[in-house]
Amino acid sequence: MTTRTSTGVSAIEAMFARAASEGRSAFLPYFPIGWPTVAGSLEAIEGMAAAGADGFEIGMPFSDPLADGPVIQAATQKALENGVTVRGCIEAVRDLRGRGVLQPMLLMGYLNPLLAYGPQQFISDAKDAGVDGIIIPDLPPDEGEAWVNLCAQANLALVFFLAPTSTPARINLVTDQATGFIYVVSLTGVTGARSALPDELEAFLAGVKLAAGDLPLVLGFGIGTPEQAQRINRLTSGFIVGSALVRAGKDGAAPVIALAAEIAAAIRNR
Amino acid sequence: MNMYIQMGTGNGPDERGYFGEFGGRFVPETLIPALDELTLAYHEAMADPAFQERLAFLQRTYTGRPTPITYAARLSEQLGGAQIYLKREDLAHTGAHKINNALGQALLAQRMGKQRIVAETGAGQHGVASATACALLGLECHVYMGNVDIARQQPNVFRMKLLGAEVIPVASGTKTLKDAINEAIRDWVTNVRDTFYLLGSALGPHPYPMMVRDFQSVIGTEARRQIVELAGRLPDTLVACVGGGSNAIGLFHAFRDDTDVAMIGVEAGGRGIESKEHAARFSDPSVGRPGVLHGTRSFVMQDADGQIMGTHSISAGLDYPSVGPEHAWLRQTERAGYTAVTDDEALLALQILSRTEGIIPALESAHAVAEAIRRAPAMPKDSILLVNLSGRGDKDLDTVIKALGDG
Repeated sequence: MTTRTSTGVSAIEAMFARAASEGRSAFLPYFPIGWPTVAGSLEAIEGMAAAGADGFEIGMPFSDPLADGPVIQAATQKALENGVTVRGCIEAVRDLRGRGVLQPMLLMGYLNPLLAYGPQQFISDAKDAGVDGIIIPDLPPDEGEAWVNLCAQANLALVFFLAPTSTPARINLVTDQATGFIYVVSLTGVTGARSALPDELEAFLAGVKLAAGDLPLVLGFGIGTPEQAQRINRLTSGFIVGSALVRAGKDGAAPVIALAAEIAAAIRNR
Repeated sequence: MNMYIQMGTGNGPDERGYFGEFGGRFVPETLIPALDELTLAYHEAMADPAFQERLAFLQRTYTGRPTPITYAARLSEQLGGAQIYLKREDLAHTGAHKINNALGQALLAQRMGKQRIVAETGAGQHGVASATACALLGLECHVYMGNVDIARQQPNVFRMKLLGAEVIPVASGTKTLKDAINEAIRDWVTNVRDTFYLLGSALGPHPYPMMVRDFQSVIGTEARRQIVELAGRLPDTLVACVGGGSNAIGLFHAFRDDTDVAMIGVEAGGRGIESKEHAARFSDPSVGRPGVLHGTRSFVMQDADGQIMGTHSISAGLDYPSVGPEHAWLRQTERAGYTAVTDDEALLALQILSRTEGIIPALESAHAVAEAIRRAPAMPKDSILLVNLSGRGDKDLDTVIKALGDG
């Protein structure tokens, strides 16, 4: 595969189909632009793309990331100090496409900077740069109508979240509104690697799967090691690893790429 | 029947928590069910006479309500204009209006069976009020407080500890109130099943702006009755300081349908609007624009990229980059007006009130006093200006000594 055969929601669907055909979950690293430098983050993402990542959640920094734990807080704070803006993140995706990164890329960022940029302009510019989807952790579907419409018009995925606290009514609302996939938070809390995932995870996922139908589920929060990736492999269509990769990134791109490669290998070992 | 509180739920918000275009719920999905549960429990509690009676009983026998209204005779005479009255929330237990809301929410937490309380604090007044209410009701209390605020509000830090609360320093971001709220929300999202978030101002996701307003509306309900008793009629103008805006909304709410009563909210002008070192979300349109922070859509101080800006005020309680959504709505509908007072003006007002009336106001409340001092001389002698004296100044003595020493 040397060129992108599909974009937006279709590219994300193709990613899950390919992983499923290989009998595994899709692996989506989270990495913020500007950590530890802009060049360093691009190098890390490009390297992970070559090391077996299936898609990316590209972090855009915000001054008040209230869904994030200390590792991502510190990294995105550094990114802000490095002058990273929403526009800079869109341009980073364009740059990565130029470097030959073909995997789906979703921009993840808090709402206020996107409002300041202008939702319509943001969706249009992101689409133009090669972005396939949007993740906004402080935008529940109840407040998301305008974004749902903008993303639908642009064929971009708009990812919403479910959590262990979600009631059946919430599960139905989120599965109704989300496109691309549902980001299933594995535990109550903020982002960050955990030594253990909750015991009741399987039961919770089974309930969500029933409601979600064909919409893929992607598990996130707390997953940081190849062993954990192996444990949750095939439980959901995909999973996200964030803080563990970000923590590895403080020493440059090489340790990030190495950890991503280990995780990618772990889910291919049967 | 209780005569001390009359919980107003009129004039918004709508079912989704919106006051016009402001408000809402912009929080991670994990918290939505908790907010639904809280909204339901709140409505049930408010409809339960036993809950209302318990709250009224504690307000009367514990907080010391009703707090009086004081006629500021010497100040009024010196200014030569409007007759100035002070609503004395500084005389409430713990020395500020914050106890009204803390007690209400702590009772609600107890009713909901939540034993663990988290709270944020800026000046420390809400932290002290929360720690106090938790001690009274036997609840476990954890208070997040920015390192900058810990340094400038030491007496309140010690008070919270004496009251049995854990004070958790916050070293992220600007290390002030906004970051303390971030950390409190992170704690809540982690421990949501057994934890109650006791938010201290009329901001955050629905139902907080409504709930905090309702628990604070006792201020205006009392004041409206008292001013008629004391002065024979309603005031012409209300003045209150606005950080998040809970004391102001608490005073304003009972007067919302009295369209002849003007309402003035006073923001922190810091070192002056042009200095950019302030917390004047409404008064500086170059940085204050509608946006989303801490779960609600309101006016937010932000840069061109939508990053939240650091703020400055001599008073920790006003040092916050957003403002309660109902204030944004009151301003948009022109039911209330908003202005700003600088650090220096507030310091001067603190000294003037201390010398003319024997009342040392909190630096937050001194902003409202400064606006009254600015406004009164141009008003007729038979006009009435009612100032919410939201807290007492004891906690600020270190700051004041330092500021006056430097001057």
